[in-house]
Amino acid sequence: MTPVIECQQLNVRFRTDGGAVTAVSDLDFNLNAGECLGVVGESGSGKSQTFLAMFGLLAHNGTATGSIRYRGTELLNAPRSTLDGLRGNRLAMIFQDALSGLTPTMRIGDQMSEVLMRHQGLSRRNARARVIEALEVVRIADPEQRFSAYPFEMSGGMRQRVMIAMATLCRPEVLIADEPTTALDVTVQAQVLRLLNGLKNHTGTSLVLITHDLGVVAGLCDRVLIMYAGRAVELGPVRDIFRRPAHPYTQALLRSMPSLIIDPGKDLPVIPGQPPDLENLPAGCPFASRCLHTQDDCTTERPRLRAVGPDHSRACHLPA
Amino acid sequence: MLNYTLRRLGIAIPTLFVIVTAAFFLMRAAPGGPFDAEADLEPEVLENIRAAYDLDKPLLTQYWLFLSRAVRGNFGPSLVYKDFTVTELIAIGLPVSITLGLLAKLVALLLGGLGGIIAALRQNSLLDHTLMGLAMTGIALPAFVSAPILALFFGLYLKLLPVAGWNDGALPNLVLPVVALALPQIAVIARLMRGGMLEVLRSNFVRTARSRGLKESTVVFRHVLPSALVPLVGYLGPALAGIMTGSLIVELIFNLPGVGRYFVQGALNRDYPLVMGVVIIYATFIILFNLLSDLAYAALDPRVRKSYR
Repeated sequence: MTPVIECQQLNVRFRTDGGAVTAVSDLDFNLNAGECLGVVGESGSGKSQTFLAMFGLLAHNGTATGSIRYRGTELLNAPRSTLDGLRGNRLAMIFQDALSGLTPTMRIGDQMSEVLMRHQGLSRRNARARVIEALEVVRIADPEQRFSAYPFEMSGGMRQRVMIAMATLCRPEVLIADEPTTALDVTVQAQVLRLLNGLKNHTGTSLVLITHDLGVVAGLCDRVLIMYAGRAVELGPVRDIFRRPAHPYTQALLRSMPSLIIDPGKDLPVIPGQPPDLENLPAGCPFASRCLHTQDDCTTERPRLRAVGPDHSRACHLPA
Repeated sequence: MLNYTLRRLGIAIPTLFVIVTAAFFLMRAAPGGPFDAEADLEPEVLENIRAAYDLDKPLLTQYWLFLSRAVRGNFGPSLVYKDFTVTELIAIGLPVSITLGLLAKLVALLLGGLGGIIAALRQNSLLDHTLMGLAMTGIALPAFVSAPILALFFGLYLKLLPVAGWNDGALPNLVLPVVALALPQIAVIARLMRGGMLEVLRSNFVRTARSRGLKESTVVFRHVLPSALVPLVGYLGPALAGIMTGSLIVELIFNLPGVGRYFVQGALNRDYPLVMGVVIIYATFIILFNLLSDLAYAALDPRVRKSYR
C-alpha cells in the first residue's frame, strides 16, 4: 500500500512566556490509502497539534520542523498557495467544536458554496445544487430551506453534520476528524459516527480520527496511533492494540475504560500521577513516572518506536 | 425589520419632546437674558423689545407658543443675529457642517478602517507598532493644535491650499478642515478596528475557514470583517451625531460658516430661539444615528436581525 500521508520526524514547538513548549516530538507515521487511523491520547498529547501543523494552522507562536508529505508534496511550512490548493480540496478537516466552527454571520449554504467555487470553479448556481445534495447525504431535512439558514438557527448535531458535508464537498482523499463527537450528546454521536463510517466505506477517503474515546476507535478504525506527551508510544492494527497492548500506557488506558461487566460497586481504575510538563520533558520515557514496570534506562534513555509484531510497534525499553 | 424601524421612530417623538422641554426650561432657569449686553437701554425700550419677542408673557405661555410654532418648523427670529430667523441660520450653517463632518468621517473610516485591518493582520510587527503609535499621536493631538499647524504648513509655507474660508465648499478649501477633523477620528477608528479584528481572528470559525483553503482576502472580508465591525458601529452612531458639535473648533480656526459656533454663542448670548433650534437638530441627529447604528448591527449580525421583531 502506498501511503497518502507520510509524517517524518515531526516536531512542534510553541514559544511562551515561560519558555519553549514541545507539543510534538520526533513523530513518525504513515496514513495509507483508504484506511482509518485512530489517533488516541489525552489532552495535551499533541494529537491535534500534529494535524494543525499539517494544515498550516498552528497558532502564531508555534513552529513545526520535520516533514509531512501528501503524495510527495511537502506540507510543512509550504507556501500559502500550495496549502490552499490542497486544504478543503484534497485534504479536509472537521474540528471538534462545530458550534463555533461555522462563521456566525454567513448562511451555511454560502459558506459551503464558497468551497466549491474556490476549488472547482463552479458557478454559484451549480455550487448551490451540489451543496443541497451534500446536505441531503448528511440527512439534513429540508436542505433547500436549510441552505439559507444561519448557524445559530441549527442544533449542535446539525451543525456538525453541516461541517462534515462541507469538509467532504470536494471528495477529499484525506479527512481529518478532530474529536468530531466530543461536543455532541450520545445519540447524535452515533449518527455522526455512522456518517463517517459510511463515508470511509463508500468514497475510499482515508480517515484520521482524533479522539480519546477508545470505543469509537474499536468500532471504526483499522490502525491506531497512541500518543503520550507529544510522542508516539504505540502504533498498530486495532485488533492487536486492543488484544495485546504492548506499551504500559496503552495497557493502563485500556484498563481504565468503563465497561458493562465491571462490578458497579468498584472504583474505575485510573492511571496515577500527571502527564509530564511539556516545558520540561524528562530525559527518558515520558511515561516513566507513572509506569508500573520501570527499569533503569527508562529514566535515562528515550525509547524509540520498535517493531513488536507485524505492523505493530511500541516505544518502550521493557522486554516484550 | 420595518416594524422595528417604525417603532423606534415612534419612540423618537416623545424622546424629542422630553429633550426639548428640558432644554427650554433649563435655558430660562439660567441667569441673565438676551439683551443684557446691549448698552444702557431705557427700561421702556427694553420692555418693548421683550414684548416684541413675547418674553414678557408667563413662562408656560411662552413654552406653549414655542411648541406650537416649532411643530410648524418656525423657531422664530434669532435674538442676537438680527434680521435672521433661526431656521435661516441653520439652513445656511447646517450644510457646511454636514459636508465637513461627513467627509471627515468618510476619510476617517477608510483610512482608520484600513489601518486597523492591516495592523491586526500583522499583529506585533513593526508595521503594527508604527500604525498604533501614529494612532496614539492622533488621539493625543487636539484639533486646535493640528489645525493651525496644517494651515501654517500647507497654506502659508507651501502655499498649496487656502489658509481659511469656505468659498462655497470648493475642494481646496475643504481639504485642510476635513483633514484636521479626521485626524483624531482616524486614530480612534483604527484602534477600534484593530481590536475588533484581533478578537475575531482568534475565533474557531476563522481557523475553520482557513482549513478550507479559502483565499486570505475571502477569510478577512467575508468571514472576519462583519463580526469585527461591531465595536466600530457602536462608536460611529453617536460619533456621527457629533458632526455638528465636533467641528466647532475647526470651523472657528478655518473661519467656516457652520453651525458649530451657534451652540456656544447661542448659549452664551441667551439667544433662546437659536439654542432651541440647535438642540432640536442635535437631538434628532443623536436619535437618528443611534437608530442607524442599531440597524447596522442587524445588517452585520443575523442573530441581532432576528431579535428585532
